[in-house]
Amino acid sequence: MQHERTIVKLEDVWVLFDGVSVLEEVNLSINQHDFLGIIGPNGGGKTTLLKVILGLLKPSRGQVSVFGHTPERGRKFVGYVPQYSLFDREFPVNVLNVVLMGRLKHAKRFKRYSEEDKEIAYEALETVEMHDFKDAQIGKLSGGQQQRIFIARALVAERKLLLLDEPMASVDSPMQTELYELFEKLRHQMAIVLVSHDISAVSIYVDKIACLNRKLFYHNTKELTAEDFEATYQCPVEIIAHGVPHRVLREHK
Amino acid sequence: MIEILQYEFMQNALIAALLASIACGIIGVYVVVKRIVFISGGIAHAAFGGIGLGYFFGIDPVLGVVPFSIAAALSMGIVSKRTRIPEDTAIGILWVIGMALGVIFVALSPGYAPELFGYLFGSILTVPTSDIILMLILAVVIISVVFSLHKEFQAISFDEEFATTLGVNTERLYLVLLCLIALTVVVLIRVVGVILVIALLTIPAAISRQFTHTMKSIMLLSVFLCAIFTTGGLWFSYAFDLPSGAMIVLVSGTAFLICSLLKALPAKKGMHTGFSI
Repeated sequence: MQHERTIVKLEDVWVLFDGVSVLEEVNLSINQHDFLGIIGPNGGGKTTLLKVILGLLKPSRGQVSVFGHTPERGRKFVGYVPQYSLFDREFPVNVLNVVLMGRLKHAKRFKRYSEEDKEIAYEALETVEMHDFKDAQIGKLSGGQQQRIFIARALVAERKLLLLDEPMASVDSPMQTELYELFEKLRHQMAIVLVSHDISAVSIYVDKIACLNRKLFYHNTKELTAEDFEATYQCPVEIIAHGVPHRVLREHK
Repeated sequence: MIEILQYEFMQNALIAALLASIACGIIGVYVVVKRIVFISGGIAHAAFGGIGLGYFFGIDPVLGVVPFSIAAALSMGIVSKRTRIPEDTAIGILWVIGMALGVIFVALSPGYAPELFGYLFGSILTVPTSDIILMLILAVVIISVVFSLHKEFQAISFDEEFATTLGVNTERLYLVLLCLIALTVVVLIRVVGVILVIALLTIPAAISRQFTHTMKSIMLLSVFLCAIFTTGGLWFSYAFDLPSGAMIVLVSGTAFLICSLLKALPAKKGMHTGFSI
């Protein structure tokens, strides 16, 4: 694990919106084979952090390097699965065409998607086990199924790092397990960063966890202490640890 | 009714209606699914400045609208994307500036502006052949651009941010789409006038998307509906001697109400009822 290449590096990154800080002195390295979970409360800056890595937001201060480039140039190595709730569920497009959107940059300009693009899209649909739904209108699918389609859309772009923003929101429990198993499968092909406000589920699958609430607390391991959680959430937090037969819940001061 | 078709003004009116239907049927779908009705309304109204410009320089006012509406589209797009001014505020401001410029240009023009009302509310029965040619050229431009950039337009309409993360220049594509809306406005001016343009850009697409679920089929159905609304409105206008632009809009609006009510009726089990525009 020592010789792993660092693919994303953030140094002293600050993001301010109208003078209010959303991220403060964030330092983070993501390695080639990482499966990193970033947890934190809603409004803690998780989506902002992903947008900084993707170059959608310019940090007010600090350095960001993505595959050795600026985020705008490095984003061609980064796949993105945005938060589910942002989509117009009535949009007139079928599943296959949503997945094909991930090939937009590969496809020839002024032309339709090629047969090769379609082959790759079908493969991705197989990977997420949604091939039978290729002709369905995207809005007709359940939350978990849509999430799989958006993962397939990110996969066809053939990237080395996959950023997932709250992939478990509006996904029911059995489907969550299936999605985590899908990530298990994908992690051999790419680095994965998964952002969530749900502490309990994330921790079983990822191999590193960071806590984010404006500041990032990161120890390069999966082990978290109650102090880490308190620093992040700024109040005692209930930790339901999987495989550990008790829960830690301390009193509010 | 058939005998009136031999008059040139009626032939021109029908050709104008058909060309307008092609343009607004296709572009209207993007306007509705990308939810850019407000900016489209802004471009349409600001286009009035171009009509004033035409009067001022003594050229065909419709020709004056081409550069003016494109300038309005680009400035609205750039101001709303790049500045910190909220998008709807920026559009509202540019909307009224465009119209005010039109009024000033008309006032500065020598003589009277006799057909002004027609440019505001449409006068499909007085479309000259020169305007038909311009409309034809613009319709060809619109179709060719949509044909070559449809997958890009579809992607930015569905999820602009994701397209950006792929490395696609979404801002430029958005500006191209706004320019196509500006050209559609030019095509529609003679048919329904700048004030009523937004009706044909939204109503046919809004009805079509209730019944079909791919962009292509919505576009085809929209073109068809638009053709029915414009010719139907034209017929009512002729039969009752009422303004054509307003009749076209009322026919479209009535059709929308009827379709929405039919959809909203307690549907049979398993039928999809929900829709939104």
